[in-house]
Amino acid sequence: MSKKLTQELVSQILGGNTRGIAKAISLAENGLAIQSKEELIDSLYSHCGNATIWGITGPSGVGKSTLLDKLLEHLRRDNHKVAVIVVDPSSPFSGGALLGDRLRMQRYATDAQVFIRSMASRGHPGGIAGATGDAVKIFDAAGYDTIIIETIGIGQSEVEIVKLADVVLLILVPGLGDEIQALKAGMMEIGDIFVINKSDLNGADRLQSELQYVLNLRGKDKSGSEYPLVMTCATNNKGINELYDRTNHYLTTLTQSGILTRKRRKRLEYEVRAIATAKIREKIDFNSRLETQLDGWINEIWLKKASPYKLINQKINGLIKEMEHR
Amino acid sequence: MIKKIRILIAKPGLDGHDRGAKYVARALKDAGYEVIYTGIRQTPEAIVRTAIQEDVDFIGLSLLSGAHNELFPKVVKLLKDQEADDVVIFGGGIIPESDIPFLKANGIRAIFTSGTPIKDIINFIQSCK
Repeated sequence: MSKKLTQELVSQILGGNTRGIAKAISLAENGLAIQSKEELIDSLYSHCGNATIWGITGPSGVGKSTLLDKLLEHLRRDNHKVAVIVVDPSSPFSGGALLGDRLRMQRYATDAQVFIRSMASRGHPGGIAGATGDAVKIFDAAGYDTIIIETIGIGQSEVEIVKLADVVLLILVPGLGDEIQALKAGMMEIGDIFVINKSDLNGADRLQSELQYVLNLRGKDKSGSEYPLVMTCATNNKGINELYDRTNHYLTTLTQSGILTRKRRKRLEYEVRAIATAKIREKIDFNSRLETQLDGWINEIWLKKASPYKLINQKINGLIKEMEHR
Repeated sequence: MIKKIRILIAKPGLDGHDRGAKYVARALKDAGYEVIYTGIRQTPEAIVRTAIQEDVDFIGLSLLSGAHNELFPKVVKLLKDQEADDVVIFGGGIIPESDIPFLKANGIRAIFTSGTPIKDIINFIQSCK
């Protein structure tokens, strides 16, 4: 993509043009034109930082999309302009994906103030797609004041949403395990607002008291209050008001106390680190033509002519020397 | 990295029979495409806005109620209005042979009626790219 086309795309995004926004997200996703993508994000960067970013996460089937649909109702009533990014997994076998989250929110398909975009994870670990962060910037620059990211159905360690969101809603349902599961590392550590959905099911009360116990052990949240725990039943609208109010309250407290600014600074640190590491990796991969050599290494290790660490250390050192001599 | 082909599978109209649409959606996923599925009873307006937001390369319309001569061309027209007529549209469902020439003349690139092997749809998609 030429510089001129990229700049055209930038002005379309800043003007809020739907097609331009959609094309830009594809550009970020496809990674075909790295230079254009970098130019695009750099051009948008000074226009970013105005949106509030919500993360919705939890295991698959807990009702994330349905809850999100209900929250959209409130956000639209309060006249927010909302972008929704829904992430589903890509098949590690075929590379394909079935993106079915927006099905629950199709009543907003014709609302000009709502933009829904489905993303496939494309092998990116962590519960979001590699280009989700770029998509957030594109929506932010395009004037969406609230951006909601729904992660793939997560297990215990897909916690990358904390690197993008101002507030994380962790959705759970009865029947996922006892409080020992809730004490483990990972998923339970990323919630700012805890939600027990499908609260009409058996075991909801028990989960509530177990979770309350675990949250008490965890202490206060970033705003110095108890962690909010909200019972909802999305399909019949129960608890949605409370969830919406609690989330807004949390965000207000965070903003007023200046914690949000610190949180965003910390997020920038993640981001800068990630870009820098990726760039270094790119360089090394490129110079060493790792892919062309890898097969030989595997063969030597397979035939037990060499042991893995010794061989790899040796080869990498050799490659670094080679690079220095260039 | 190569560009991923994205396909919207949508059901316009009022019939609630989505087994065919779901079968195609799943099979295209297995063939390596990114498939967006929006469920039943979608208006042409919703389908077109979804296609634009999702930046899809193809729209597959499934319809079993008999309203295809009305609704399929409507989708084509709305896409054109949005200057998004580079998106390829194909259709499927219960569609009489005699209606196919009319639909093709109105911008539907291919029609796959019931019993079509999935391979035919994949070959069609590949031939368009």
